[in-house]
Amino acid sequence: MDSDADEMLRALGLRSVDDLFADIPATVRLDGLDLPEGLSEQEVVARVTSILSANRSMDAMPTFLGGGVYDHYVPATVRAITSRSEFYTAYTPYQAELSQGILQSLWEYQSLICELVGMDAANTSMYDASTALGEAALMAKRIHGGRVFLIPRAIRWNRKSVLANYAIGSGLEIREIDYDRTTGMLDLDTLRDAVTPDVCGVYVENPTFFGRFEEELDEVRAIATDAVFVVGVNPIAQAIVRPPGDLGADIVIGEGQALGNPVNFGGPLLGIFACRQEHVRKMPGRVIGLTKDAHGHRAFCMTLQTREQHIRREKAMSNICTNEALLAVGSAVYMATLGSTGLRRLAAENVCRARDLAAAIDGIDGLEAPMFPGAHFNEFTVRARGGYERVHEGLLARGVHGGLPLKRQLPEFADAALYATTERHRPEDVQRLVAALREAVA
Amino acid sequence: MTFRQAYYDEPLLFEKRSPREASVDLAGLVPPKLRRERLAIPDLTEQDVVRHYTRLSQMNFGVDSGFYPLGSCTMKYNPKFAEELAGLPTVTRVHPDQDESTVQGSLRLLHELQIALARIAGMDAVTLQPAAGAHGEFTGLLLARAYHRDRGEERTQVLLPDTAHGTNFASAGMLGFDVVTIPSKDGRVDLKALGAAANEKTLAFMLTNPNTLGIFEEHVLELARIVHDAGALLYYDGANFNAILGRTSPGKMDFDIVHFNLHKTFSTPHGGGGPGAGPVGVKAFLQAFLPYPVIAFDGTRYRLDYDRPKSIGKVRAWYGNFALLVRAYAYILRHGAEGLRAVSDHAVLNANYLRHRLDGVLDVPFSGFRKHEFVASAAGLAGRGVRTVDIAKRLMDFGFHPPTVYFPQLVEEALMIEPTESETRETLDRFADTLARIVKEDPALVRGAPHNTSVARVDEVLAAREPVLSWRAAQTRKPTAL
Repeated sequence: MDSDADEMLRALGLRSVDDLFADIPATVRLDGLDLPEGLSEQEVVARVTSILSANRSMDAMPTFLGGGVYDHYVPATVRAITSRSEFYTAYTPYQAELSQGILQSLWEYQSLICELVGMDAANTSMYDASTALGEAALMAKRIHGGRVFLIPRAIRWNRKSVLANYAIGSGLEIREIDYDRTTGMLDLDTLRDAVTPDVCGVYVENPTFFGRFEEELDEVRAIATDAVFVVGVNPIAQAIVRPPGDLGADIVIGEGQALGNPVNFGGPLLGIFACRQEHVRKMPGRVIGLTKDAHGHRAFCMTLQTREQHIRREKAMSNICTNEALLAVGSAVYMATLGSTGLRRLAAENVCRARDLAAAIDGIDGLEAPMFPGAHFNEFTVRARGGYERVHEGLLARGVHGGLPLKRQLPEFADAALYATTERHRPEDVQRLVAALREAVA
Repeated sequence: MTFRQAYYDEPLLFEKRSPREASVDLAGLVPPKLRRERLAIPDLTEQDVVRHYTRLSQMNFGVDSGFYPLGSCTMKYNPKFAEELAGLPTVTRVHPDQDESTVQGSLRLLHELQIALARIAGMDAVTLQPAAGAHGEFTGLLLARAYHRDRGEERTQVLLPDTAHGTNFASAGMLGFDVVTIPSKDGRVDLKALGAAANEKTLAFMLTNPNTLGIFEEHVLELARIVHDAGALLYYDGANFNAILGRTSPGKMDFDIVHFNLHKTFSTPHGGGGPGAGPVGVKAFLQAFLPYPVIAFDGTRYRLDYDRPKSIGKVRAWYGNFALLVRAYAYILRHGAEGLRAVSDHAVLNANYLRHRLDGVLDVPFSGFRKHEFVASAAGLAGRGVRTVDIAKRLMDFGFHPPTVYFPQLVEEALMIEPTESETRETLDRFADTLARIVKEDPALVRGAPHNTSVARVDEVLAAREPVLSWRAAQTRKPTAL
């Protein structure tokens, strides 16, 4: 302890800091921690850098993974702004007068998301798309009352697992709707049979898990007229795709990582959550509202807090408090940097690149891509006639990482993988992939 | 110290002048039925975007701006080297679906962090998956449920002290459990009330120790015996972990499950509301139920183990908030065993010193030393027409972030103060002197505060009465505030 500490102890009439822990009974007292001694900053930086150097990053290895998180180029503006410590070292803006900066940034984030997806209200984030789906199912039950929630069978399996855990306390039963074997879109006949009066909500993704556009959102809405319609989106694709709000959606969720956030080995991510105005008081999560200060100036503050845990306790809409606010700010900076024109060009470019890459792969003997017809966004399925595992290993041996093997996702896709591409891939990355695929298949 | 926060009459992004957007030809790219013709997001110059956000950042306040004694939030300094490490391409540019052979570095870091956290908490196993403290509670309760069901028991009640964090109630409610509140006696859990409430329906008792009053529950082992005798589990809310590092541990205190708030105790920045990280530790008998994948190590290679038949499954996509986990790991390496203990020593000393400095300024109910935080009451100022909210707002005028207010509800007009170990005595003295000045100030001046922030007192009632949550909604609803 330093001299200030000694004086503080003296002020308290104590001799040692141990006296402040005297109320901890001897039976539970610890004599220090079983950890190594501390290191200097320089040593820590060297150690952590060295441990992580065993990773092969996407810089070192052309990688064609997507499946929910996407490696888009992040303009330097995003890091420059989110590195400002007025933002990143702040707490949740409970004290509005001192926090107008992040409050306005988050209100603008809500506004940008609403514009992308055609909704009136958005919260400042959920943890990721999978927990957003869980919260959306609970919200559908709150709105409608029915005990069944329908989801596509073809969605990422981890989303199903998370949803099952979120649904545990609500009595919700989750039922899966298969995809149409020829189109890869939701099978509308199965859906028709499944929509009963006790269905509180229907969830559909656009693009689908297979990367192709889900073209029948309006038909889904027409079939499930009475249920809460939840649509899962890729926010970049939304720049060129009609907003779900125009197609009858009540709630829109999605993975917002693609909007200017690094992939970070899967976290932190950004759960997008938006809804129609009439459902606002049933929505989970933190929201920022518009108001005035005592002088009549425009101001922002957290609002509708009576839905939240610190007021409503066990009757709260959700337990969430700490969320992904800084990523929300980052994605707002990203959208503001690209603007409408930049976002739309980027989205169109992704479609072109996926189309061209699929064609190149389809030209390789033994491979088929995409497995479903129709326009895809930036992801598509690849089938290897001789089994996919061998292809996956063959690519790795050649310093290329292929798509996501689908064996764990859907058993009938044991010989297939999901490939994603973005503007980030250089022509030589694509050439390396195609060459490596040729060799791996041969 | 005088303080004036910046104020810009900064327009919304949507109010800025935007040149006509260039058209993008989507023919053949998007099916006609789905094609979008317009996206109403302004096209701005990069400089205008950067200025917009730079101005907004200047109308914000972080730990780097000044003292931030938010009780139970542990607003300590966030070391800069940890930020640099989190920006390494071997962190940012690694995809979570990459083949195990290509992510050995990430898996090793996660594995070592799990071990370190388990040792700090006296637990046997840790999952790093939960994204926040409340998410950790949710996970921990799922584990307790899975454990009881595995033994053929359906338990439906969660017991909570009346001083518990609001998230405890909400996590239990979200999972459909009934909440039974246990009253406090002398600022501690009433053992008799706990004994009367614990029975074969009890799933778990959730407790933070020290509790939210900053008081150590010294009869914790008796409390644990009552809970365990009823066949229930004891859950440690790690929000107040900053008080006990190296002095005791949840494991030592007989807790079965614990969540950590890495964004509190282990210094990852709060990000203006997130991201955080809320790992969960358990005793060995609960290990089989942890979320998958579990990170396994066979002596040479790290592996993601999904073959966990009793696992509760997943609580989020992938493995946790990795970029935050890197920062927390670096923080633990930097401090080591002695350093972490010194963190709690300083945090507790700072809290008790500040409390001492406020003698005669504000009442602090309940006697005895505190741990890392204490709860003062402004109820004595009611005669002057000054409430806690007024003091909180007035503190801003001097460049301080206010403490947590009106929590715990047990204390009338509460101000919950947690200085953390990062603060110097000089800062604590200045804060105490400022509070001493405020309680004697003209009540009208205090009630009119803040005067030096970007905006004056904000009308929260208006915001809630007429919720306008987006520019789109504002266009149709024409709110009075616009």
